[in-house]
Amino acid sequence: MKPVLEVHELTQDFGGLRALNEVCLEVGEKEIVALIGPNGAGKTTFFNCVTGIYRPTSGSINLTVNNVTHSLIGKKTHEITALGMARTFQNIRLFSQMTVLENVMVGCHSRTRAGILSALLRDRRTRREEQETVDKSYELLKTVGLERQWDETACNLPYGDQRRLEIARALATEPHMLLLDEPAAGMNPNETRDLRELIKRLRDRYDLSVLLIEHDMSMVMSLSDRIYVMEYGSPIASGTPAEIRSNPDVIKAYLGESRDA
Amino acid sequence: MKRIVHALVAAVWFMVLCSPIMGLQIQPDKSVVFLWKRLAALGVGIFFASLLWQWYFSSQRASVSLRMPAAVTSAIGLFKQKKTRRAGLGILLVFMLLIPFLPVIGSIYQISILISALIYVMLALGLNIVVGLAGQLVLGYAAFYAIGAYTYALLTTYFGFGFWICLPIGGVMTILFGLALGFPVLRLRGDYLAIVTLGFGEIVRLMLLNWVSITGGSHGISNIPKPGLFGIDMDIQQATVYLYYLCVAAVIVAIVIISRLKNSRVGLALQALREDEIASEAMGINLTRVKLAAFALSSAWAGFAGVFFAAKTSFVNPASFTFMESAMMLSMVVLGGMGSITGVTLGALILILVPEYLRAFADYRMLLFGLVMVLMMIFRPQGLITGERRKYHVTALDGKGEAA
Repeated sequence: MKPVLEVHELTQDFGGLRALNEVCLEVGEKEIVALIGPNGAGKTTFFNCVTGIYRPTSGSINLTVNNVTHSLIGKKTHEITALGMARTFQNIRLFSQMTVLENVMVGCHSRTRAGILSALLRDRRTRREEQETVDKSYELLKTVGLERQWDETACNLPYGDQRRLEIARALATEPHMLLLDEPAAGMNPNETRDLRELIKRLRDRYDLSVLLIEHDMSMVMSLSDRIYVMEYGSPIASGTPAEIRSNPDVIKAYLGESRDA
Repeated sequence: MKRIVHALVAAVWFMVLCSPIMGLQIQPDKSVVFLWKRLAALGVGIFFASLLWQWYFSSQRASVSLRMPAAVTSAIGLFKQKKTRRAGLGILLVFMLLIPFLPVIGSIYQISILISALIYVMLALGLNIVVGLAGQLVLGYAAFYAIGAYTYALLTTYFGFGFWICLPIGGVMTILFGLALGFPVLRLRGDYLAIVTLGFGEIVRLMLLNWVSITGGSHGISNIPKPGLFGIDMDIQQATVYLYYLCVAAVIVAIVIISRLKNSRVGLALQALREDEIASEAMGINLTRVKLAAFALSSAWAGFAGVFFAAKTSFVNPASFTFMESAMMLSMVVLGGMGSITGVTLGALILILVPEYLRAFADYRMLLFGLVMVLMMIFRPQGLITGERRKYHVTALDGKGEAA
C-alpha cells in the first residue's frame, strides 16, 4: 500500500537560511500523523511547501489518490487542492466578511463547474449545482457542529468555532489528505477534547489521512498514530507516541539539556 | 466651559484657514480689501455649529444618531420583502420611462443630465466588480472609458461604422485592454496595484492627447453620430430621448448581469479573493483566472459606457478622461458601499445629480458637495448601503421553517 503523502528529502532555503533540511515524511491511508517541534522549527514552512505556497529548493512530494501518484513539485496551490489535499491555517484565514455558509461554499469551488456564461444564463443545471453546493455546505457545517450559526458573518464567531469553520471549509474541497495547522490553538480543554473526537470522526467518515501540527501534547499523544519531531528545520525523531515520549533527543529539544545530566 | 473654549478655538481656526479665500478681495487696481464682516460671520457661524456638534455627540443620542433614521430602516426592511420590492422596482421603472413626457424634467437639458448620470451608473457598476467584489484597487478606470469612447469615435470617422456595430467592438476592445493590464499586475495588490493602474490611466490619456495624426490630440474628434433606429430620421429632442431609453435599458441589463455574476460561483470566488488571497488559493480558486476575469468583466462596462458617452456628446477629447474621472468613479463605489449594487447605483446618481442640481447655489456648489462628502465619511464611512447579503435556501431547513 502506497502512502497517501510521501515527502522525500524536502529542502527549503530562504536566501542563506535553510528552513527545511532534507525532511522525509510519510502519511498512510487513514492515518493521523502529528508534526511537532519547538516554535520556529519549520513546521508551517513544511505545510506551505507541501501545499504549493512555497516552491521547495529540492526534494520530492508525492500525493497518491486512488492509486495514482502525482508529484506536487511545481504545482500551483489550487491544483494541489483540486488533486485532493486541503489545509487549515495557523493564523485563521477565514473570509471574515462573508457568512459561515459562504465560507464553506467557497471551499466547494474546485468541485463545481459553473463558469461566467452559466452564471449569466442561470439555466437549470447552474441552479441545481448551486442548490447542491448550498446543501452540501450546510451538511458540512452540521458535521462540525456549526449549523446553527450558518447565516452569521464569519468574523463574529468565537475563536474555537472559527477553527472548526476552517476545517469545514477545507473538507468542502473533498480532500483525501487534510493538513491541520495548530487546530487546537486558543481552545479550552473542553473544546480541545471535542476537536479530538471531531478529527477522529472525520477520518472515519471521509476516509481521510490527517497530518497535523500541534503544540497541545495531550492531544497529540492521544490522537496521533505516529509523530514526527522537527528542530531547526531538520527531522530529529519519528515513531509512535510512546516512542516519542521516551526519546531523549525530543526531550532535549523541548526542555533543553540540563546541566547536571 | 470647556466646550465653549473648544468652539472658540474651532471658530478662530476656521477664520484663519478661510481668510485667504473668504477674507481677501483683490480690487482691479491690485489693492487688497479685507472683508472683516464676512470673516466674523464665518467665525460666529462656526462657533455655534461647533457647539451644536459637541452637544449632539456628548448627549446620549450619540449612539442613536449613528444609525439610519427609523423611517429609512423600515423602508429598507419593506424593500427586502420580495413583493414590495418588485412593486417598488416596477414603479421606479415606469417613472424612468415616463420622464421624457413629464413637464420640466422632460426637457432636453434635464434628460441629458440623466443620460450622463446613467452612464456613470454603468461605470460605477463596472468598477464595482473589480474594486467592490474582487477588492483590487483600480485607479485608472477612466482609461477604459476613454478606450470605449475612442473606439466608437475612430471607427465612425475612419470607417463609418455605426453605433450598433461599435457597441460590441468597444466592449471587446476594453476587454482586451483589461486583460493586457491584468496580466502584468497579477502579483500586485493594494497600493502597488493602485499606482500601476493610475499609470495606465495616464498612459492612455497621454497617448490619446499626443497621437495627433489619428486622434486629433486635444482637439478631439467631433461629429460622432447618435445611435440610429432602423434609419429613421430624428430631430435632436427625439434622438436624446431615444438615447435616454437606450441608457436605461443598458443600465438594467448591467444590473441584471452584474447581480447574477455576483451571486454565482465566480462571484463568490471574487469575494473570497477580496477577503484573503492565500486562503482562496488554498480553497482551489485559480487566482490568475479569477483576477483576469474580474479585470475583463469590469472593463467591458467601461467600454460600453464610453461608446454611449461618445454618442451622447458627439464629441470626445482626452480632457474628459482625466484622473479626476477615475477618482470620481471610485468615490461612487466607496460612497455607495463597496460590493453593493444598489449602493453603487445610488452613489453614482448622488455624485452626478447633486452637483448638477446644486447649480442654483452656484459659488457654494463645490463647498456643499465637499461638506456632504465629509459628513458622509464621518457618519457612514462604510458607504450608504452595506451588509447586503444574499439569502440562501437550505433544503435541510425546509421542515423547520425559516431559520435566520
